[in-house]
Amino acid sequence: MSARDDIFGNIRRSLGVNGTETIRQQIVTDRLERSPKGVIPKRGQVSGEERIALFKTMVETSLATVTEVASSAEVPQSIALFLRNHNLPASLRMGDDPRLKAMPWSDTTLEIAHGPSEGRDLNAVSHAFGGIAESGTLAMVSSADNPSTLNFLPDNHIIVVSAKDIASDYESVWNRVRFAYGKGSMPRTVNWITGPSRSGDIEQTLLLGAHGPRRLHVIVVCD
Amino acid sequence: MTVHSTSPQFKQNAARALNDDQLQKALGNVKQGFIDKRQMAADKLPEFEALRDSARDIKNHTLEHLDLYLEAYEGKVKASGGHVHFARDATEARDIILSICRETNAKTVTKGKSMISEEIGINHHLEANGLTPVETDLGEYIIQLRNELPSHIIAPAVHLNATQVEADFRRVHTHLDAKRDLSEPVQLLTEARAVLRERFLAADVGITGANFLVAETGTSIIVTNEGNGDLTQILPKTHIVLASIEKLVPTLEDVSQLLRVLARSATGQELSVYTTFSTGPRRSTDADGPENYHVVILDNGRSSMLGTAFEEMLRCIRCGACMNHCPVYHAVGGHAYGWVYPGPMGAVLTPSLIGVDKAGHLPNASTFCGRCESVCPVRIPLPKLMRHWREREFERHLTPATVRSGLQLWGFFAKRPALYRFATRAAMGALALAGRQRGRFAWLPMAKGWTKYRDFPAPQGETFQQRWKRERKGARA
Repeated sequence: MSARDDIFGNIRRSLGVNGTETIRQQIVTDRLERSPKGVIPKRGQVSGEERIALFKTMVETSLATVTEVASSAEVPQSIALFLRNHNLPASLRMGDDPRLKAMPWSDTTLEIAHGPSEGRDLNAVSHAFGGIAESGTLAMVSSADNPSTLNFLPDNHIIVVSAKDIASDYESVWNRVRFAYGKGSMPRTVNWITGPSRSGDIEQTLLLGAHGPRRLHVIVVCD
Repeated sequence: MTVHSTSPQFKQNAARALNDDQLQKALGNVKQGFIDKRQMAADKLPEFEALRDSARDIKNHTLEHLDLYLEAYEGKVKASGGHVHFARDATEARDIILSICRETNAKTVTKGKSMISEEIGINHHLEANGLTPVETDLGEYIIQLRNELPSHIIAPAVHLNATQVEADFRRVHTHLDAKRDLSEPVQLLTEARAVLRERFLAADVGITGANFLVAETGTSIIVTNEGNGDLTQILPKTHIVLASIEKLVPTLEDVSQLLRVLARSATGQELSVYTTFSTGPRRSTDADGPENYHVVILDNGRSSMLGTAFEEMLRCIRCGACMNHCPVYHAVGGHAYGWVYPGPMGAVLTPSLIGVDKAGHLPNASTFCGRCESVCPVRIPLPKLMRHWREREFERHLTPATVRSGLQLWGFFAKRPALYRFATRAAMGALALAGRQRGRFAWLPMAKGWTKYRDFPAPQGETFQQRWKRERKGARA
């Protein structure tokens, strides 16, 4: 008997079932189709400016920094300022995201590179799929537009998120993922990012910049 | 065969741990940090207790329908271009992983933190077959350098102090300047980051565990603060996920409930820094990510826990709160437990996985204070389950003869209430009389095991039953 058959056989023997019970199958199919929500904390259930304010507070709680710009045209200048304020080189890597590409980078002196990171970049910018106000989390989906390596390899990661994409809770983001990719399908990688990389493994002391970015900076675009 | 266990020597291990000054100093960090942080996180979320109920119910529901959710999950992984392998035990899991590594001509393998990988002893197996496994979680990296097992399920190197880590780095990183300053923890972190960055970029295969597997989408989920798990899985050509059968949850909504209690219970964070959902290999539209995606699903004794009292243990989401709050863990640390899983969850799980004949000491190493159950995010009744193990141990005549005869003697009196009352009254009276001067005993016949380490407080002369009677009478009057 194969290991698979053996394991399924043992699970079913232990549960006292044979796997063909219609009621059990219906229960499972139903749950997978309906994906019922559980307990949703009230904290995130606010809208408009209140939600953006909560998101920004929670981003800061996660030890990231956050700024707001009125339109996407202001993003390049805002990034240039951030890099200058931290004495960082004026270089930046990004993917092929059309929203990022359409921004007026020539207004700045930033040296722009495109494509995934090979581990030697200091700074990168990505565009988030969405944000979650409840916990100050950024939801990133993998693609050539926003390669996953940019989320982890650079020392300083800047994430641009549209204010209209900031949801109250995780469940709202899953609804958008289902709408974009189809029910039951997912992009290869979804990263929820809540703050810069850290470790407490040495004497339980919190240190930033373990393997991922040492700094995380979030730019909320309010257009 | 799983990794070697020293659980049968728990008593010796514990005695050694109590006399280990470095360990005792390091364990102070557990007592201080974790408890307050968890409490603060719980207090900040009014729905925390309701979420714990929800988390428990989701896990119970999944376990009751585990065969069907596992089938659904397997179908979804295959549909997204991934491979699913089933392993009955550690040997099968090791062989599957080795053969995947060989197919890709791998030389180095990076690893995200995975307790299951400790359970099957994969590092040793890969090394024995000419591959180089590299742990990338900072704590796991440190203990790999020391050839140790993790002493905590989320803080593997919690038993060490910075000076010990510094000594290990100097011993192993011999390519670096011997005169470099490593006196600050941040310098140790920076050094590990630089050394491991090269390892990440060179790796052929990345192995991660999974905090959860989602049946709805065929997704595996890892939760980290460092980002090491992500670099482990997106940089190499092949990503292997090693997970046990009970990691299944039905939907993305369900996992979102569990994630709300996981980090809060573990480190007191709202959410860990990186929560990563991986589904299949990279797509044609992806610019990076692994070309091959394999999931190895391990049973290793878990399917036999279903339908028994120990099924509840399969709800465990490995947050570590039970050990963070355990006075026994605080006193002896994780290594004394002698196998992969320490603390209260280890005391229940280890006998299930390696046998109560080997791990019988662990469920006995409890004061039954109940703190573990009171903080468990999925409400596992850990003290009750430890008591079940004690009963089984007794039924199978594994309990030592002195304990058995002691219990039998107690049983004799307990079944004869009049005799019990008379005997306890006599004994308490005598002890109170004998101890009235000092109020405690430094030595008592047949109680050397107690008095060797601490004094035995002298009773005040009244038994519990006498006092109960007296106070009830007083209350009525």
